[in-house]
Amino acid sequence: MGEERAKEVYVSLLEIKNLTVKIDDREILKGLDLVVDRGEVHAIMGPNGSGKSTLAHVLSGKPGYEVANGEVRFEGVDLLELAPDERAARGIFLAFQYPLEIPGVATMTFLRTALNAQRKARGEAELSTPDFMKRVREQAAKLSIDPELLRRPVNVGFSGGEKKRNEILQMALLEPKLAVLDETDSGLDIDALKVVADGVNRLRSPDRAMLVITHYQRLLNHIVPDVVHVLSNGRIVRSGGSDLALELEARGYARYQDEAALTP
Amino acid sequence: MTAEITPIKTAAESHLAEAFAAFRGGFADDAVAARREAAFRRFEVQGLPHRRVEEWKYTDLRALMRDAKPLAAAPDANAKARAKSAGNIFAAVNARRIVFVDGALVPELSDLAALEPGVKISSLADALGDGSSELTKRLAAASPAEGDVAYELNTAFMGDGAIVEVAAGVKAARPLHLVFVYGAQRAAAVFSRSLVTVGAGAGLALLESHEGPHGVDYQINTALDLVVGDGARLSRIKVNAEGDTALHLATLSATIGANASVSDFAFLSGGLVVRNQLFVRCAGAATTLDLGGASLLRGKQHGDTTLMVDHAAGGCQGRELFKSVLDGGSRGVFQGKIIVRPGAQKTDSRMMTRALLLSEDAEADNKPELEIFADDVQCGHGATSGALDENLKFYLMARGIPEKEAEALLIQSFVGEAIDTVPHEGVRDALAAATLRWLKGRS
Repeated sequence: MGEERAKEVYVSLLEIKNLTVKIDDREILKGLDLVVDRGEVHAIMGPNGSGKSTLAHVLSGKPGYEVANGEVRFEGVDLLELAPDERAARGIFLAFQYPLEIPGVATMTFLRTALNAQRKARGEAELSTPDFMKRVREQAAKLSIDPELLRRPVNVGFSGGEKKRNEILQMALLEPKLAVLDETDSGLDIDALKVVADGVNRLRSPDRAMLVITHYQRLLNHIVPDVVHVLSNGRIVRSGGSDLALELEARGYARYQDEAALTP
Repeated sequence: MTAEITPIKTAAESHLAEAFAAFRGGFADDAVAARREAAFRRFEVQGLPHRRVEEWKYTDLRALMRDAKPLAAAPDANAKARAKSAGNIFAAVNARRIVFVDGALVPELSDLAALEPGVKISSLADALGDGSSELTKRLAAASPAEGDVAYELNTAFMGDGAIVEVAAGVKAARPLHLVFVYGAQRAAAVFSRSLVTVGAGAGLALLESHEGPHGVDYQINTALDLVVGDGARLSRIKVNAEGDTALHLATLSATIGANASVSDFAFLSGGLVVRNQLFVRCAGAATTLDLGGASLLRGKQHGDTTLMVDHAAGGCQGRELFKSVLDGGSRGVFQGKIIVRPGAQKTDSRMMTRALLLSEDAEADNKPELEIFADDVQCGHGATSGALDENLKFYLMARGIPEKEAEALLIQSFVGEAIDTVPHEGVRDALAAATLRWLKGRS
């Protein structure tokens, strides 16, 4: 009886076991294991083609990936059974590497539709217009987003930095339990990177975990992770503290690629 | 001895011939009658067009119009009662409503009182009855649509319609809404013809809506002769919300003067077989022409937009943007021909059509044509057709928006780009709301 209860209490936020994923019959992830708990920030580092973005996409439910083996549990629930919108409503957020432009849909409409859809899925009431506006304005101000941008169609004509800040704005409004940041530093100059990283850091909390996917260590100077994993050839080949990122920056990935290549 | 070739008539062609024979007995032997006669003879020579007639290649009327319905009778009290809520799509626009039931103007449902100075509205049937010489002259004027089968049939059978004149320099403050409603419960044919003249420097916003009951295979042939004077502004927005088994053939025949600004937008979601054809002649220089449309089709609907823009004078700017959303087994047709006559230098004309296919069975046919006889012009056309962007859909879903809602947002944004070209905010809102209603009906 006591044991039963203990099991229920210690369900990790995210638990990935032996995840094997194919695209067009090519194996990208080859038996990946990962556990992320609430409040933790994990960095996934790895060379191009190691499967970093595939992991982000599979977690958020992007079509086109075949899960050949393994399982992904989010708060104990089988995540792979859920549609992308259901995953989002349960608290998974993917910050896109390349945020898409949606002509004809005002950013404000998009934010409001998303927030209310999630609330509805969770059985919560819709936010009133004034409440919603207040929240958006507050969060936008923190990210130095010009309110004029919010009236424009989603990401249309936004600069690279504005698109990434818009991703963080969405994250701040949707308040996910797990935020997956896919190469959030790509295409950002150092000032933009700092604004985005500050935005992410403000959202760190004991109830929220983050999975920061990046090729370069520089983002991790600003978002300091609790754990760093090295992903190579579809598997996590090493895990360590934040100093592992520095080591990778100094020595490169070559060594891990060789190791992974040797693993049958 | 001459061998006479008698073409074999289809049932529809025979019925049209019988109907015309009966109809011609009812009118006076005047100039208009002679025009009707000539138009019907021209129709008889061609017959109903089929797929080997280039202009009707994708809309095989001979196959699609199996039968010709008898001419509609004057509307009874029931039909008029059913027409009371017609044209409600523009309820929020403060427009002057002129209501036609089964083709006939119904004064008691129309707002004909206190017309603004310089604006005249009357009934075509009245003018025909009076043998008005002005009308005869107007009908005899060269019309860009002449020779087209649907238009010839309209000339032969035209019954009623609106005659609207906006005097030179007069800007009509209120939009004018021509409400066409089919109120009969049995299938019949309606031929309506309206004549709208916008004088030099005048302005008018013209709304037109067509609707009728589902499940009645009535046939509408409607035509609008439009003359826009120098420096005048005209915007026309037409909504087709016919019943789901109706046949609707519509022709705009427009002649535009110099330095004018004309826009035409068609919102099409009703009817089973629909052809909306625009014959526009830019006769004067430096005119701006905006033609647009949005077609939302599903089931077995067939929606054809055919336009012929004739740049006869130089320095005109033409913009055409047509969008179609095709669901189920529907078929969307677009044919656009732009002619630039010799001497129409500095013509700047862009035509763009986009089709969004929501189902494997939907079909989009597209035929752009440019005929350019001047050497200093800018003309272009583009056409796309494709499914919803899966990546965009994923982006929306990854934010928690369910699939159907994500699709609806993307379809709205697709249609919205066309609706945004309409120069009247209240009308844009009405069309956006109509798009939403259509989306709610998606299974």
